[in-house]
Amino acid sequence: MYNFEFAKPSSIAEAVEALGHDEAQALGGGQTLLPTMKQRLAAPATLVSLNGISEMIGVCVNDAGEVCIGGATPHATVAREAQAQYPALAALANRIGDPAVRSRGTIGGSLANNDPSACYPAAALGSGATIKTNTRDIAADDYFQGMFETALEEGEIITEVRFPVPEKANYQKFVQPASRFALVGVFVAKFADGVRVAVTGASSNGVFRWAEAEAALSADFSKAAVEGLSAPAGDMISDLHGSGDYRAHLVKVMTGRAVAAAG
Amino acid sequence: MPTDHGIGASSKRREDLRFLTGRGRYTDDINLQGQAFVHFLRSDVAHGRINGIDTSEAEKMPGVIRIFTGADFEGVGGIPCGWQVTDREGNPMREPPHPVLAQGKVRHVGDPIVGVVAETAAQARSAAEAVVLDIEELPAVVDMRKALADGSAKVHDELDGNLCYDWVFGSDDAAIDEAFSKAAHVTTLELTNNRLSPNAMEPRVAVGDYSWASDESTLYTTSQNPHVIRLLMGAFVLGIPEHKLRVIAPDVGGGFGSKIYHYAEEAFCTFAAKQLRRPVKWTSTRSEAFISDAHGRDHITTIQLAMDAENNFLGVRTDTLANMGAYLSTFAPSIPTYLHGTLMAGNYKTPAVQVNVKAVFTNTVPVDAYRGAGRPEATYQLERLIDKAAREVGADPVALRRQNFITQFPYATPVAVEYDTGDYNATMDKLLEMIDRDGFEARAEASRKAGKLRGLGINCYIEACGIAPSALVGQLGARAGLYESATVRVNATGGLVVMTGSHSHGQGHETSFAQVVADMIGIPENMVEIVHGDTANTPMGMGTYGSRSLAVGGSAMVRATEKIIAKAKKIAAHLMEASEGDIELKDGQFSVAGTDKSVAWGDVTLAAYVPHNYPLDEIEPGLEETAFYDPNNFTYPSGAYACEVEVDPETGKVQVMGFAAADDFGNIVNPMIVSGQVHGGLAQGIGQALLENVAYDENGQLLSASYMDYAMPRADDLPFYKVDHSSVTPCTHNPLGVKGCGEAGAIGSPPAVVNAVVDALQRGGYAHVTHIDMPLTPARVWSAMNG
Amino acid sequence: MTQVTMTVNGKPVSGDVEGRTLLAEFLREGLRLTGTHVGCDTSQCGACVVHVNGTAIKSCTALAADLDGAEVVTIEGMANPDGSLSTIQQAFQDHHGLQCGFCTPGMVMSAAALLKENPKPSEHEIREYLEGNICRCTGYHNIVKAIMAASGQDVSAIAAE
Repeated sequence: MYNFEFAKPSSIAEAVEALGHDEAQALGGGQTLLPTMKQRLAAPATLVSLNGISEMIGVCVNDAGEVCIGGATPHATVAREAQAQYPALAALANRIGDPAVRSRGTIGGSLANNDPSACYPAAALGSGATIKTNTRDIAADDYFQGMFETALEEGEIITEVRFPVPEKANYQKFVQPASRFALVGVFVAKFADGVRVAVTGASSNGVFRWAEAEAALSADFSKAAVEGLSAPAGDMISDLHGSGDYRAHLVKVMTGRAVAAAG
Repeated sequence: MPTDHGIGASSKRREDLRFLTGRGRYTDDINLQGQAFVHFLRSDVAHGRINGIDTSEAEKMPGVIRIFTGADFEGVGGIPCGWQVTDREGNPMREPPHPVLAQGKVRHVGDPIVGVVAETAAQARSAAEAVVLDIEELPAVVDMRKALADGSAKVHDELDGNLCYDWVFGSDDAAIDEAFSKAAHVTTLELTNNRLSPNAMEPRVAVGDYSWASDESTLYTTSQNPHVIRLLMGAFVLGIPEHKLRVIAPDVGGGFGSKIYHYAEEAFCTFAAKQLRRPVKWTSTRSEAFISDAHGRDHITTIQLAMDAENNFLGVRTDTLANMGAYLSTFAPSIPTYLHGTLMAGNYKTPAVQVNVKAVFTNTVPVDAYRGAGRPEATYQLERLIDKAAREVGADPVALRRQNFITQFPYATPVAVEYDTGDYNATMDKLLEMIDRDGFEARAEASRKAGKLRGLGINCYIEACGIAPSALVGQLGARAGLYESATVRVNATGGLVVMTGSHSHGQGHETSFAQVVADMIGIPENMVEIVHGDTANTPMGMGTYGSRSLAVGGSAMVRATEKIIAKAKKIAAHLMEASEGDIELKDGQFSVAGTDKSVAWGDVTLAAYVPHNYPLDEIEPGLEETAFYDPNNFTYPSGAYACEVEVDPETGKVQVMGFAAADDFGNIVNPMIVSGQVHGGLAQGIGQALLENVAYDENGQLLSASYMDYAMPRADDLPFYKVDHSSVTPCTHNPLGVKGCGEAGAIGSPPAVVNAVVDALQRGGYAHVTHIDMPLTPARVWSAMNG
Repeated sequence: MTQVTMTVNGKPVSGDVEGRTLLAEFLREGLRLTGTHVGCDTSQCGACVVHVNGTAIKSCTALAADLDGAEVVTIEGMANPDGSLSTIQQAFQDHHGLQCGFCTPGMVMSAAALLKENPKPSEHEIREYLEGNICRCTGYHNIVKAIMAASGQDVSAIAAE
């Protein structure tokens, strides 16, 4: 990789300042960024590690009952510490990458990157989470703006992600056999006021909500409710691991399985 | 026969101590004083004309020592091909040059164009980015059928097309036509044997070194056969005589064929080290490996089986297109021909077999041997075909095979080889004991209740390995001999060092070879040390591949040890004042038959080196012998394999529920190691069947260019295997009676998996699915079901 | 260049690193601990797995500078204090859980991390846990078996040696 200046601030304020430099970039767990930099596809002048900011690490529950996860919290910590409050989220975190990746990779890093096959975007969008940054709160519905595109401004840091806890939820991941990312991943969350269905891995526009399924499941939360539906095939990714039609089919199958597993 | 030491014992591997504690010494662990690093600028287009290379800016970059281009290698030979195939008209194959660095044209993504040598690897890479290439992209030739069509772009302008050779083998047209004209039933199958990337976990590394004082070059390299590299690189590429060239392959992290070949990077590092008078190192990244390590397989075949009304096999006819890639790698031409065509009779007494192969150049990475090499392709075609035939005529697939088994040995096939021994019913019987075939219906029913489709696939295989008789392969076009060598050096105090031309890169030779020698003398295994991997201290050998190390290298070691024992008996006879013919060696003691006189092994070895009381008028002092062994036939391991799968009909995902392998490897030296070899082969075969695929787009861009897109089998893709090698028909022509076990797993397993999936779908009501091309990814299985 | 200080296999070490220096590079080139291997560049193969502050990570995908002050254990630190093989290492030898040895350091480090979390893992749990460790030689059979044996489970019923 190209060389760069390395900075490791210990507070959000210091991190914001460090990221103000020209061509500075934030480093979460680095599980995607570092391989990208090895390929010389990214060349920050300064890399600002967020791994030393203790206020950004950890899992807690706020007064509104939301599960709040610090932006620099590794997946393994979420898998362990969110288990009691939000088991579907913990289970999702526990299937990202592999154990060694989960030790380093962070929720903030994953959401900031918004890989179209990543798991966390499905959880955030499916839960209607709030992405809290050093300057503002962003609703998940406004945050994801297409493959690798988010509402984050230059230098803006995800400090925390707040997840409302649904009555029932489940994530079904059908893995791409090589990368083990999601070929299709579907997060289904049933709240008192309706059901949210978020799909990752499938669309060339990145994570999306499957509105038709949400309507059907809000009326009848059962596997049967989605059986007559067809996922929108138009924007689906087609690659050597599966055609758009196959992905569209999997979206329906995984949605049904998530509903069944959510109970 | 279970035993706790010597031949037949599962001795623990001595090499494990260093590997388990981080003390292995792999090529990338070697760093020499004053070492520089090379980064190769490689083609990012599949086919193009080089109109200019401007290195002026790059030369100014920090740390740059020298930048080499194809022009620097104009006085140097190209990368040679080690095998010449003669086509059906008797003409030699087309053999275009393969320069170390591209000259004039680039012919595949990854073709090296420029080598930038700098003080650090990062500097070399940065400078390579500053090289300005003027490459005119040309239409790429990727698809083999299109490559052979009129008007196709040509990979090599100097050739009359993209055909390397058009080869025919086996029965003549009259015999094969007669077989098919008599047929009551003909089964036809078209299939693809998918292109694979070998992916030894250790990426390739080369370190070139040069001593101006002695004019000696040394190459440290990740090789399965250091002597072969010394011969090819010294004699054909760089013109360095062998006594001035040393090749060292230290601990090597797996090969599977991919580290047999002489690669351009090895020649480059050796050449540049001499030019620059300092060591030059290259370490491949995995991404680079995908575009520079030889690939494997990549055949497209139409195969037909003719049967009479009683389901006796009458004839087999094949038409195959075999991808050579852009250049001929070291053994590439032999794979689809002599390592493939010779196996097309399989385990069956089919009287007429004809194999037709067209080898084709394309703008892709060169293709060469990968675990099994030609034999997996042959087995896959034949065993898929028989399964399809059984279904078409309503025969039991096991019964149909048994009915047509060869049962009399030796057996000369219509495809030029003579099987010395075997018992195919015995391995099939053993397999059926292992898999509970009768219980399958109940398991299938349980799967059905869980919403899954269960299938069972069974097949046989035979392979020709222990390669090979030099005289035979010489007639067939090999440009090298395929003997093996060993030097056994006995030290004064009785310990032995065995120097072998074989090379161990996972096979455990340091353990199993020591078992053989210790067993012959009757001494503890820890008195025998095995040395391999350095041309300076081992006799000329051809290396390790083709399941040959024990059958050929082990036989050389036996011959050398026999010479040692014969001489030691002479010394013992002298010491005991007895007749040489009366001396017996047992448990490390020499005794005189019929008396209580004996001397210990150590007394004799000491006498050899301190010859105070010694028959100097009859024999020389010292105790060191060398033997070269050239087999007089291939060996023919065989077996029967079974795979049970579950298919998820909603997603097309296949899960392997069980896999059983019953092999006949002849005699076994270390059962633990043999089982391990089979396990690894099975994983690679199951990987080929379900996961792995090298994919190019129509422009020759590699789509499966990293582990993000090339699916390697992982622990959760695979089950525990059942393996058995208790069915033994010893090889009749080597002194150990061994056949070789390294490739069987990868040869026999792909058809078992595909047979099982097709069985599952047929049973599940998908009668239209009679074949799916590998890899059987969820998407492909789902498409086949819904197609 | 920045200076980093770590404890590696119980010994304090320090060295100058560039921002881009990976932990794997620091271990292999800086400290000459070449038991940690690099088998890919996409963070998949796991040959480089080491323990940092008690958890398994991929040392090819972590910056040395980011781990200033960390406690690192590599394969060279896994044997018993008297130099004999640890239980896990011994089980790998006893059950032929390695062939070429290249993936082995990462496998042993992952196995150790697993058994710390889950002292008696099932076959299924072991296979899942090894998702990030690729072996090309063994077909995983004997690796899984060795880890089960290292955790004190009876593996005599698992087929074949």
